[in-house]
Amino acid sequence: MELLDIGIKFILIVVIFLISLVVAMYSTYAERKLAAFFQDRVGPNRAGPFGMLQPLADGAKMFMKEEIIPTRASGLLFIVGPSLAIMTACIGSAVIPWGQPIQIGSRIIDLQVTDINVGILYIFGVVSLGVYGVMIGGWASNNKYSLLGAIRAASQNISYEVSMGLSIIALLMITGTLSLKEITEQQHGWHWNILKQPLGFIIFMVCSFAETNRSPFDLPECETELVGGYHTEYSSMKLGFYLFAEYINMFISSAVMATLYWGGYNYPGMDWVAAHVGPTIAPLIGVAVMFAKVFSFIFFFMWVRWTIPRFRYDQLMDLGWRTLIPLAIANIVLTGIVMTFFK
Amino acid sequence: MEPLSNKRKVIAFKPLNLLERTYLPEIAKGMAITMKHFFKKDVTIRYPEQKREFSENFRGQHSLKRDEDGKERCTACGLCALSCPAEAITMTAAERQPGEENLYREEKYAAVYEINMLRCIFCGLCEEACPKEAIYLDGDIVPTDFLRKDFIYGKDKLVEPPLNQ
Repeated sequence: MELLDIGIKFILIVVIFLISLVVAMYSTYAERKLAAFFQDRVGPNRAGPFGMLQPLADGAKMFMKEEIIPTRASGLLFIVGPSLAIMTACIGSAVIPWGQPIQIGSRIIDLQVTDINVGILYIFGVVSLGVYGVMIGGWASNNKYSLLGAIRAASQNISYEVSMGLSIIALLMITGTLSLKEITEQQHGWHWNILKQPLGFIIFMVCSFAETNRSPFDLPECETELVGGYHTEYSSMKLGFYLFAEYINMFISSAVMATLYWGGYNYPGMDWVAAHVGPTIAPLIGVAVMFAKVFSFIFFFMWVRWTIPRFRYDQLMDLGWRTLIPLAIANIVLTGIVMTFFK
Repeated sequence: MEPLSNKRKVIAFKPLNLLERTYLPEIAKGMAITMKHFFKKDVTIRYPEQKREFSENFRGQHSLKRDEDGKERCTACGLCALSCPAEAITMTAAERQPGEENLYREEKYAAVYEINMLRCIFCGLCEEACPKEAIYLDGDIVPTDFLRKDFIYGKDKLVEPPLNQ
C-alpha cells in the first residue's frame, strides 16, 4: 500500500511536470499568435494546421543549434546558470492544489503533490532562488551586457519581492494559514480573496509581472539597451532553457494568483455539480476551472506585454520602492483595521 | 503665426495628479485599444497561396510573342538590345530556311535570344523599341534562383508556348 501511494505521487509529479512543460511550450506559440492578433497580423501559420507544430519546430531548432561557450566564460557556472533557472521554475508547482481530492474506485487521491503548511513561503523561496540562475548566467558569461542584465534582474527581483511579501501578509491576516490547500478551501462558495483584497491583488500582480521579468518590467533582457540582457552569450538549448524558464514561471505565477486570490479550483455552483456528477468527475471539472483561470492569467500577461511599453529603470525602482511598498503597508494597516472593527 | 492645421494642441507641463500617477486609467485605456485590434480582421495577404493582383501596367518577366498563326514575331533586328539601358539583352540572328515558314514570320529570326534577368531593370524600353510588337513585359515576377548563370533566360523560357490548334 505504501508503495502504491508513492507510485501515485510519482505519477502525479510526472504529470504536473509534463503539463507545465507543455503549457510553457504552447505559451511561446500563444505569445506569438496573440502578438500577431494584437497587431493585426496572422502569426505563425506554416508548421501544421494554424502553425500548431511551431513550438516543436522551435524546440528542434534549439536542440540542433551550435552550442557556443565563450572562451573567457567561466565553464561550470555558465552551465549552472540555465540549469538553475529551469529547475527553480519547475519545482514551484509542487505545492499548488490543482483540484479537490479525486475518488478513483475506493481510493482518494490528492491532486496536489504536497500540502506543506508553509506553501506560500515555499513558493517565495523558490522564486527568489530563480534569480540566481539569471545572476550566475550573467556573471559567468564574462560580458558587460550580460552582467548589466543580471544586475538589473537581481535588483528588480529583490525590490519587488519586498512588496510582494507585504501584499501577501495582508492576505495571510485574513486566511490565518500559509497552506495553499487551506487557502483554497476557505474560498469555497464566492468567498474569493479578490473580493476582500482587491488592492493586495493588484500589488501582487504587478510584482509577479516584475518577478517573471515580463513586460513592462522586462528590463533584464531589453534588446534596445542590453543586446540580449543576461542571455546575450547563450546559444542552443541553454538559451532555450532561459526562455522556457520564463514561460514556466509565468504559468506558475498565474497558478499562484488563481489560487491565492481567484478561488483556485472553486467555481460557483460546484456543490450542485458535485452532487450530480459524483466524486470522480467533479474534481476534474474543478481542475478544468483552475486551468481556465490560469490560462486567462497567461492571456492577461501577454495582453499586457503587447500593450504597455517598458519602464525606464529609475521609474521601475521608483514604482517598486516608493509606490508599491507604501501601498502594501497601507493595505496591511487597512486590513487590520477592518478585521478589528468589523468582525 | 497662423497654425497650418487646427490640430495644434498647447501642452502645459503640469505634474500628474494622483489618479494619473497610478498609471491605471491610462493602462486600461491602452489595453482597450489593443483588445479592439485583437478582434480586427487582419489585412495580411498569405503570399504564396494568395496573390495580390498586379496593376495593369505592371512590368514583369518578358515574353516573346507569336503572331496569330503561331509564328515567332521577332526578326532579330536588335533594336531592343540597342535600347536596353542595362545591356541585358543579347541575340544571334539566323536566316529562315525553306520549310520553316510556319515557325518564323519573316526571313530573319533570332536563333539565340537571351535576357540577363539580373541586369534587367524592367524599364520596358525594349517593349517601346520593338517595331514588330514581339516583346512584352507581361509576365509574373521573375523567380529566385541560386546561381547567376540560371538568371540568363534563353528562348526556352521567353518564347510564348505554341498555339494549340
